Amino acid sequence: MSAITVSTTVNGDAVDFICQPDESLLDALRGRLGLTGAKEGCGTGDCGACSVTVNGRLVCSCLMLAAEAEGAEIGTVEGIAKGNALHPLQQSFLDHAGLQCGVCTPGILVAAKALLDRNPDPTDEEVRYWLAGNLCRCTGYDKIIRAVQSAAAQMRSA
Amino acid sequence: MALDSHGKREFKQIGTRVARPDGIDKVTGRALYGADMSAPGMLVGRILRSPHAHARILRIDTSEAEAIPGVKAVVTGADFSIPDDAALADISVNVMARTKALYDGHAVAAVAATSAQAAKAALKAIKVEYEVLPHVTDVDAAMAPDAPVVQKGRSLESVPAGMGANVTHHCEFGHGDLEAGFARADKIVERSFKTAATHQGYIEPHACLATMNGDGRADLWCCTQGQYMVRTVCAGVLGIEASQLRVTASEIGGGFGGKTTVFIEPVALMLAKKSGKPVKIVMTRDEVFKATGPTVSTSIDVKIGMTKAGRITAGAATLRYSGGAFPNTTVDMGAQAAFAAYDLDAVRTVGWNILTNRPKESAYRAPGAPQAIYAVESVVDELCLALNLDPLDVRILNAARKGTKSSYGPTFDDIGLLATLEAAKAHPHYNTPLKPGQSRGVSCGFWFNFGGNTCVSLNINTDGTVGVTEGNPDIGGSRASISLMAAEELGVPYDKVRTIIADTASLGYNDVTDGSRVTFAVGLATIKAARDAIKKMCGRVAKIWGIDEDAVEWRDGAAHPAGPNAGKFPPMTLEEIAAISFETGGPIAGHYEVNADGAGVSFGVHLCDLEVDKETGQTTILRYTVFQDAGKAVHPDYVEGQMQGGAVQGIGWALNEEYIYGADGRLLNAGFLDYRIPVASDLPKIDTQILEIPNPGHPYGVRGVGETGIVPPLAAVSNAVSRAIDVRMHELPMSPPRVLKAIKAARG
Repeated sequence: MSAITVSTTVNGDAVDFICQPDESLLDALRGRLGLTGAKEGCGTGDCGACSVTVNGRLVCSCLMLAAEAEGAEIGTVEGIAKGNALHPLQQSFLDHAGLQCGVCTPGILVAAKALLDRNPDPTDEEVRYWLAGNLCRCTGYDKIIRAVQSAAAQMRSA
Repeated sequence: MALDSHGKREFKQIGTRVARPDGIDKVTGRALYGADMSAPGMLVGRILRSPHAHARILRIDTSEAEAIPGVKAVVTGADFSIPDDAALADISVNVMARTKALYDGHAVAAVAATSAQAAKAALKAIKVEYEVLPHVTDVDAAMAPDAPVVQKGRSLESVPAGMGANVTHHCEFGHGDLEAGFARADKIVERSFKTAATHQGYIEPHACLATMNGDGRADLWCCTQGQYMVRTVCAGVLGIEASQLRVTASEIGGGFGGKTTVFIEPVALMLAKKSGKPVKIVMTRDEVFKATGPTVSTSIDVKIGMTKAGRITAGAATLRYSGGAFPNTTVDMGAQAAFAAYDLDAVRTVGWNILTNRPKESAYRAPGAPQAIYAVESVVDELCLALNLDPLDVRILNAARKGTKSSYGPTFDDIGLLATLEAAKAHPHYNTPLKPGQSRGVSCGFWFNFGGNTCVSLNINTDGTVGVTEGNPDIGGSRASISLMAAEELGVPYDKVRTIIADTASLGYNDVTDGSRVTFAVGLATIKAARDAIKKMCGRVAKIWGIDEDAVEWRDGAAHPAGPNAGKFPPMTLEEIAAISFETGGPIAGHYEVNADGAGVSFGVHLCDLEVDKETGQTTILRYTVFQDAGKAVHPDYVEGQMQGGAVQGIGWALNEEYIYGADGRLLNAGFLDYRIPVASDLPKIDTQILEIPNPGHPYGVRGVGETGIVPPLAAVSNAVSRAIDVRMHELPMSPPRVLKAIKAARG
């Protein structure tokens, strides 16, 4: 198998990398580009810790081949803050203790942002169903839902 | 060590919801977990695992694998020594099988290669010749005299003669005259229960990065609940000295007890030694399920007698636990915890441990207690129903309190059970009428809490800020709590304190982050280290003022003359003392080392409302409230978080989670799709009420809060389901097929 060159945009910056044909986008982001924010919790698309956006669509980067990212715009947790200015979701997760160990947090933030980009005023049930693909074993989700709703309210009033 | 005798202390910072110091790193993706570290030229390590539940390893041929381009090292059990210490020896054999593979997923060989592709090819090229042996995975089947023998000669002296070879441990606890107690009962209920093994389910798989130089010096980066434990075990298994191995704990992506042992770390070190290159091993989720951490699976009999008025006259339980293919004594904790919530004249529990062809048990949040208390609380609920008594009234009537001789021996000091039960009784949740089709379950929970070996250094920086160095991985906000306690004691603002977690070369030994011990024991050591620094600062000031050290006292972040007789001096702040420390004797630091006791037991009560779809057997939790005694909640957000997280893990255990083995002894559901942990859409809000009954063993009254929360949900949910379908459930999890079967069986 010979390596493939891929040209993409990651968090707004043009990036080229090479990868193996069987390499996942997650492995390329973490191993080739050093973007270790996205985590591998399962490798089978069940836990959502590897969530990123590809052309605005929320995907499990462990289920997508890196080579498929050719020409795509990829968004990861590293691109949510603007410099040192946190996104309202990030600040809200800190304010509401929406994380304990924090390993699911990057995926949940990417997923929650994708929700609020589409639906700025979700019900609790909509948040819970949208995040049903993101496993968290520490919090029992209660404070995560509160954090997302608080950020949503703040973003609506901004 | 008594609660500080300055009456009711007015805290200035303890109990506030400050920002956690690791927060920004964790919401921006910068925090480095086990798999996030790299080293130049590092190799990919992978492990080959047994596909058989039980097999003799006749021969392993690694020659083809070694010949694959890019493969730099291959190891098997032959590369590892077996330490004399029995516990270390079991870990060593679990890390890499020797003569037998003892369960599906047991490691048999490992490779290190320049790419994941080469490592994968090498695993396929290793030839292992097995002689498949009869296996046993069920705890009751394994106890039978004619069961396949998992390991020979492992029974402890506590096991009476004539038991099957898989029975390794026996224990008994209790007091009083059981026969007389049961004779006084108006109603006796005796039932048998089974609980499935569950996994801690941390989202971060085990990961480590190891280097070992030709001179024997080694470095290890890994996700663990205890870097010192990793050092002890790896040094023992590899036969190296502790000082030669420096272990650094990464940020940890959940543990819940499952990261209190090692699996891959000695393998990575051995591969690094053989290859002369850094080696990184990251487990797949499949490996995590097959080869790490499940709880014990259990089979429990409970018999309880009660008067018409609801007083328990006697309680007895027999507990059969299996922690997989290696001996363990987790059943001790179950047998001690089973009746801990009750003040009983007559109580006896008997425990057995039995070997099965399953992975080696790891601790999981209050290990051993949830299963035992589930069985007891289920029978209490059945008695309440039979005698038409309110389940909280019965628990209040029988509750253990200060002065109660506990079911496991010690006499309780100040405990919070009664206050917790009364809070539940008074809460709007308990007083909200149920709608048709809804039911409510109640359960108590208990955990011992640990103290243990702890070591803290506290440095007063010359600019008036403070650095705390502690040795326990922060699994859910403990750096914030430790900083809060240092700030409170010193009288400086929280944001002047930075707490870091040391590697094994930088601070003395610390026990692992377990037993809900960190906020209690590391907190205690931090307060004492702060007092040590205060004493030194007062000494410096006494010198400056030319008065006795005893004539200087510390208040609100500054040294003051102790009284009018001490002389008239303006107070000197910590910042002022720190600024001139080089002229008054040099840097100022406080230290404290302790093997802490007095952890203070913890009780909780859970209320659960739910409904059951009688066509599908599906249970929906509608409302859930957790009441728990925290002693003193240092950072209420993270106390609530522990209560909520524990409750939801318990709900998962009650409703969905289980290790399912096929007839061939292979694990059938080694992934998050089929081993279903609760997701956000499964759950309602989890309400919490923190009670604060100070622990006399901690200067601020702190009790551990991490574990108790997983104990009550098993029975709270089971009692509610049993009431909803009018059939008493005896087995966990209550997955839809199992509930449906119970409904159909009752209908006849």
